Amino acid sequence: MFKRLGDTADTLTIEIDGKSVRARSGDTVAAAMLANGIDHCRTTPVTGAPRAPYCLMGVCFECLVMIDGVGSRQGCLVPVRDGMRVETQQGKREAGR
Amino acid sequence: MTEASDLASAYDLVVIGGGPAGLAAAALAARAGVSTVLFDENPGVGGQIYRGITSTPLKKRAVLGEDYWAGAELAAEAKASGALIVTGATVWSLDPTRQVGVSIAGKARMIEARRVIIATGSLERPFPIPGWTLPGVMTAGAAQTALKAHGLVPNGRVLLAGCGPLLWLLAAQMLRAGARIEAILDTTLRANWLRAVPHLPDFLLSPYWSKGLALLREVRAKVPVIPIERLSARGEGKLQQVDYVSRGKDSRRQADVLLLHQGVVPNVNLANAAGVAHRWNERQICFEPVLDVDFGSSVPGIAIAGDGAGIAGGTAAAERGRIAAIAAVRALKPSASVPDPQSVRQKLQREELGRGFLDTLYRPADAFRLPEDETIACRCEEVTAKQIRDMAAIGCEGPNQMKAFLRCGMGPCQGRLCGLTVTELIAASRHTRPADVGYYRLRPPVKPITLAELASLPISEAERKAVER
Amino acid sequence: MAASDYDVAVVGGGLVGAATAWGLAREGCRVALLDEGDRAVRASRGNFALVWVQSKGLGLAAYAGWTVRSSNAWADFAATLKEETGLDVCFQRPGGFHLALSERELEARATTLKRLHNQPGIVDYKTEILDHSQVAKMLPDIGREVVGASYCPLDGHVNSLRLFRTLHTAIHARGVKYLPSHRVENIVREEGEFRLTTTQGEVRAGRVALAAGNANMRLAPMVGLEAPMKPERGQIVVTERLRPFLHHPVVTLRQTDEGTVMIGDSKEESLDPTGLTLGVSATEAERAVRQFPLLANVNVVRTWSAIRVMTQDGFPIYDESETHPGAFVLCCHSGVTLAANHALTVAPMIARGALDKTLVAPFSARRFHVQEAG
Repeated sequence: MFKRLGDTADTLTIEIDGKSVRARSGDTVAAAMLANGIDHCRTTPVTGAPRAPYCLMGVCFECLVMIDGVGSRQGCLVPVRDGMRVETQQGKREAGR
Repeated sequence: MTEASDLASAYDLVVIGGGPAGLAAAALAARAGVSTVLFDENPGVGGQIYRGITSTPLKKRAVLGEDYWAGAELAAEAKASGALIVTGATVWSLDPTRQVGVSIAGKARMIEARRVIIATGSLERPFPIPGWTLPGVMTAGAAQTALKAHGLVPNGRVLLAGCGPLLWLLAAQMLRAGARIEAILDTTLRANWLRAVPHLPDFLLSPYWSKGLALLREVRAKVPVIPIERLSARGEGKLQQVDYVSRGKDSRRQADVLLLHQGVVPNVNLANAAGVAHRWNERQICFEPVLDVDFGSSVPGIAIAGDGAGIAGGTAAAERGRIAAIAAVRALKPSASVPDPQSVRQKLQREELGRGFLDTLYRPADAFRLPEDETIACRCEEVTAKQIRDMAAIGCEGPNQMKAFLRCGMGPCQGRLCGLTVTELIAASRHTRPADVGYYRLRPPVKPITLAELASLPISEAERKAVER
Repeated sequence: MAASDYDVAVVGGGLVGAATAWGLAREGCRVALLDEGDRAVRASRGNFALVWVQSKGLGLAAYAGWTVRSSNAWADFAATLKEETGLDVCFQRPGGFHLALSERELEARATTLKRLHNQPGIVDYKTEILDHSQVAKMLPDIGREVVGASYCPLDGHVNSLRLFRTLHTAIHARGVKYLPSHRVENIVREEGEFRLTTTQGEVRAGRVALAAGNANMRLAPMVGLEAPMKPERGQIVVTERLRPFLHHPVVTLRQTDEGTVMIGDSKEESLDPTGLTLGVSATEAERAVRQFPLLANVNVVRTWSAIRVMTQDGFPIYDESETHPGAFVLCCHSGVTLAANHALTVAPMIARGALDKTLVAPFSARRFHVQEAG
């Protein structure tokens, strides 16, 4: 959905739904997902409709994902870390995850 | 990195939000010797206008323009001022006694503040069209953040739609970055040009005039601009097509990304939860806090600066932050030397000159604020405009009762993306004014915190006994 | 009777008033439902949605029987509402728990229940005390700090906000005239009818039913009735939507059909409905995490505070006026639990013009004077 401009470089690796992808130090999780062509980051807990980042400024809560095993984190506010595990969130969150 | 446990239990001044208003306020107060902490929930300061100002990967300054880079000075001043600047810090509670609830890396703290300046800025006005929840549909502000903070530009067939200065600025920045825009679908009502004419003399004196005109020229030279009256996004699981009506004629375009924008409105959530009185601004079609000349709110000791005080733009935000900070310093430390607020007020006045014209010209059309029946109004709870109209028709008079009936505004965004739509839909259905309908009554936490964080807060014996009995 | 605008004016558009108005409309009455506006102090927006039996009736045995009657009527009530509106209020009666986090709490619980069930004339609703392992069989996610619980098979819950919407949808369909922002300022009985002065003019009705929660305290004396109230504030913490993990309601914690978890219940003297005591929310959260440790990382998305409708002794008041025939008052804390009774039992009495003493005599406000005399 998005592409990186020439003067930026991928520098680290994160995992999205089990697949290793490149990200740039300074990316948020949501930015890394957009740069890697992930077309949705969650499905809604109400009807299961797919959603993707919408505002990228922390107000819409569309980019809720599981990060390192913890659900419902706002992907646009969390900076990536090398080795981070990101999972798209399916419907309602599971208590304890 | 500052952790929750590193914070003092009390500060003279807590500034919430690290955009231009917050940075300017924190810098001025800290330099005057007032103990100041600034919290911002993003990974870096700058707010949205100067997003990524200390870390952007963009090397070519021309892409974002000199107005953006002016933010670097504000950030540097704040850093040098002695204010404690804590990023990644989410303020989720503020009460009338100025107890501030803040979370840093999953740990919550309560901090006492003698004065508070809320500088949480604005957010983009809801743009509820059919299909606006589809992946591939985003706000223009989101695309701008992706560009500023991450050096990302939208890929594939990209359309921009809506109205307002930010739409044109984004288009210019994207073009300078080498991105391709298929078209701009312009929702500006033609009749608004006439209505805006009385405001033109002021606008001609404001800094927006020459900049705005140059932007329009720059973008129009490269991108077709299509006036539209209706808009919807379609696709299976993601955006594939955009349908629109231009001058009465139905058209469609294949699209991968649709960027929506129809102005910004104050982000009122924290102030509302703190009990600050708000009022309806009919020219800007939004609620804004009731403030005095120093941006002091109805709650003693809580001021609101920047676009959260009513939309006036980024440079005005910094001046507003300074005025609020001068008032705070004078109250906290009368002996400290501060700049003359009159000179700041004069600068602010100049910055605010252009608003009448912009607000009138870019007043979003009813069709894009009062969605049609099956269009989702509340994205979190997936409540449609029809459901809201139906409940209004059987007697539901306001957003708080609507929330109880339909759950609109009950999801994690807490009404930020539906509040104005719900208020306006009720007003239209019941033939009354948004000012009379009112807004959601909000309570902390205004941003989600975990149950464990909530459980970790200090508990008095009386508070425990209120539950264990 | 004069040719009034309405047969009955119900004052109060919350759950008690709406259930009563619906019941009256089913009896063929022409009904007006007078309500306040969007920012009304409204317990129906802040309740905990239990249809609860255990621990009801200590001090007034008849209250236990009245509660069981409503609990038993709830399934049919919910089914009828669904037929009329298509809306499912998700009534379930899987049995409910009151969890104890210490031996002391469990003993206190056992003592209370023993006293309750030793009262003469009490209906036996089969509450048991269970130990940790017995509770864990039905609630596998409880924490090890849960030492035990009381359990009652008649306890259940409902989606109370949807019930609120469903009742308003149903009364609209049945032709009830809903009048929001009609705060009642005065009521007089003249020429055989009641004249209600409201903020938007006068409403005339043959009978009047006061269902205005704590405001009944102000309204009841206008028609020769009394409603001694002792309101208090309660707070609730609400989480994001979760996959189903909890299949029984706990008196302080329940998972709604939508997936959110509601956590309560507190009691404070403050009557400011807009305020929130964070330390009280923190206590609720802390106990919830001890009861269900898997909730620790779950996000809180909302808190509520609301003013409980509470009579001075905690039991309902149903009364009819001797000086103003045709005036009735309904007050109770449990507007959800007792909704079926209000709709199906009390409303028909009001429609007939007289309360059935065999059912509701124990709930007359006259009991307050008996206690004073004694």
